[in-house]
Amino acid sequence: MPYRHTIRGITYAFESLRDLLARASPPRSGDELAGIAAASAAERVAAQMALADLPLSEFLHEPVIPYEQDEVTRLIMDSHDRGTFVPLGSLTVGEFRDWLLSEEATGDLLAGLARAFTPEMVAAVSKLMRLQDLVQVARKIRVVSRFRTTVGLPGTLCSRLQPNHPTDDPAGIAASILDGLLFGAGDAVIGINPVSDNVATVTTLLRMVDRIRERYRIPTQSCVLAHITTQLKAVERGAPVDLLFQSIGGTEKTNASFGVNLALLDEAYEAGLELRRGTVGKNVMYFETGQGSALSANGHHGVDQQTCEARAYAVARRYQPMLVNTVVGFIGPEYLYDGKQILRAGLEDHFCGKLLGLPMGCDVCYTTHAEANDDDMDALMTMLGVAGVNYIMGVPGADDVMLNYQSTSFHDIAYLRAALELRPAPEFEAWLEREARMELTLQGLLNA
Amino acid sequence: MSEALDRSGLRAYTNARVALRSTGTSLATSEQLDLALCLAEARDAVHAELSTVTLVPRLTALGLEVLAVRSAARDRAEYLRRPDLGRRLSVASRAELQEPTQGQQQALNGAPAPTPPSLAIVIADGLSAIAVERHAIPVLEMLLPMLDKWQAGPVAVAEQARVAIGDEVGEVLGASATLLLIGERPGLSAPDSLGAYITWAPRVGRSDAERNCVSNIRPEGLSYEAAARKIAGYLNQARRLQLTGVALKEEQDQLEQ
Repeated sequence: MPYRHTIRGITYAFESLRDLLARASPPRSGDELAGIAAASAAERVAAQMALADLPLSEFLHEPVIPYEQDEVTRLIMDSHDRGTFVPLGSLTVGEFRDWLLSEEATGDLLAGLARAFTPEMVAAVSKLMRLQDLVQVARKIRVVSRFRTTVGLPGTLCSRLQPNHPTDDPAGIAASILDGLLFGAGDAVIGINPVSDNVATVTTLLRMVDRIRERYRIPTQSCVLAHITTQLKAVERGAPVDLLFQSIGGTEKTNASFGVNLALLDEAYEAGLELRRGTVGKNVMYFETGQGSALSANGHHGVDQQTCEARAYAVARRYQPMLVNTVVGFIGPEYLYDGKQILRAGLEDHFCGKLLGLPMGCDVCYTTHAEANDDDMDALMTMLGVAGVNYIMGVPGADDVMLNYQSTSFHDIAYLRAALELRPAPEFEAWLEREARMELTLQGLLNA
Repeated sequence: MSEALDRSGLRAYTNARVALRSTGTSLATSEQLDLALCLAEARDAVHAELSTVTLVPRLTALGLEVLAVRSAARDRAEYLRRPDLGRRLSVASRAELQEPTQGQQQALNGAPAPTPPSLAIVIADGLSAIAVERHAIPVLEMLLPMLDKWQAGPVAVAEQARVAIGDEVGEVLGASATLLLIGERPGLSAPDSLGAYITWAPRVGRSDAERNCVSNIRPEGLSYEAAARKIAGYLNQARRLQLTGVALKEEQDQLEQ
């Protein structure tokens, strides 16, 4: 249905809820590329004003992608908790923002309402928020997940140790693992992106990390981020799989471009649960997302990239994941042009994920063809630290020599923990305090 | 934090930036400046212009007919924001390509049509003109002698171009396949990495799943000779199967295992 808003005699019309959301979105290159962004700064604010007056219940009546066409829409609608939504139903999006920022909306209350919120509702309210609002609300909400470590507790900051190597060489990967462990990184996961997406490579790398973990009794979990079907084959062949990984998006078509659908993810989740390898909990899934993937896959249906991203979180939360992170600046400047757009997108994603009940981390990152540098990453990681992000990445020198992009370093994790007085996951911290690290050597890791 | 332990030996095992020197929890000044230089070089590579003036005579010397073309993106700024424009030829370049080439002219003049499949070669700046300038010619020098079952050329040197521009070039030239050499996105440790994409029956609108890729071509990565052999392998398989993409990759992987 059409929406309109009049400012000083000029009436701005928006043909659908999808159109209204797109034009209300703070500027970013991906929405411009898709041809759905506001045509002027004033039109953007007019859209935000119209959005602020919209009742939250509207999102249940007008799906941005038709129910019949998209299984993610069906998941969102069918899993919506109408009971807990009742007291929120009369709020407009603007009143929702006011309430989220009020003292009345405590972290516990918000956590209990996660299933009352739909992705479109939280995406909409984020479009009315400044960066400090996104931080202020997100930091109230703690989402804790458990496998061998407990990730997301108040006062902690965890990290994924990302020891990638351009030829999947085990010794090279072990060298990066050792460097990271010495810096206190790796409590969220030791997660390797393989060059070769095949069962043999996945199995070799999982066995190596598993032996290291066993030998040095390191409380953490491992993951080799191949396609989910490759990981399932590795499970069948008896590889020591802790977490099952997959990249996901917010529409059925985007997920098809990743070679997955909900049925396949259901199957993977069941397989992961059956392994029973967690010691302190059974969150077994790891998902990565990022604004722009739907447009890149030509699967966005005219929906803005931030709303598509929030819809990916509806997919993620179906599986009570251990880890979820947006890989915010990886996709390139045609989707997020510069440091300013990456900064906002990272904080939006973290906010939306936490409000929807996800244990959100963030790959704070950029590519060399975006207008960004280390200063932008420092700003984003520091604001995410204040916002209570569950984990960030640890890459040697922040330079991923396999994926060719710049993430965050072991030093960055140490900086953030020191500057904001944050600690590692408790199980991992206990291991660090035992000074078990002093026993680590590369030969020891390779011969584990 | 970890200075008590000797990490200096780790560097021998990986080109990842392990064992960086620290001060407190931060990077030491020299490490910081080294990273800054690497980023600066990568950024310069992204924004460098392809020097067609030096490239064209070197290609001609290899006995190849050379055509200079441009994408529909006017400059680097538009190229970075509009990948759709970088995938298409400019109107002028498309018109020029549609003029019969010398080879086609000879065919029109009565010479028999070529029986071996024809290969359009595209050299595209992509995100690193430096990679193209350093590595495209040496790869072709290795590769051309391996293509005895192909009629190779002409070569289109394409500015402000993305991978899919090879589809339009191949289609306009009526080629059986396109080989596209392109500068990959520079990383801090690899500002000059070249990629090669092979597409059978190139047509506008082909998806990336319908091509095969050989990546990280540079002396510190995949050598010229190894790259040329992989490319020739893909091309010869493509000729046999009359396709490229996922199905071909699986066959190739089995061959290599």
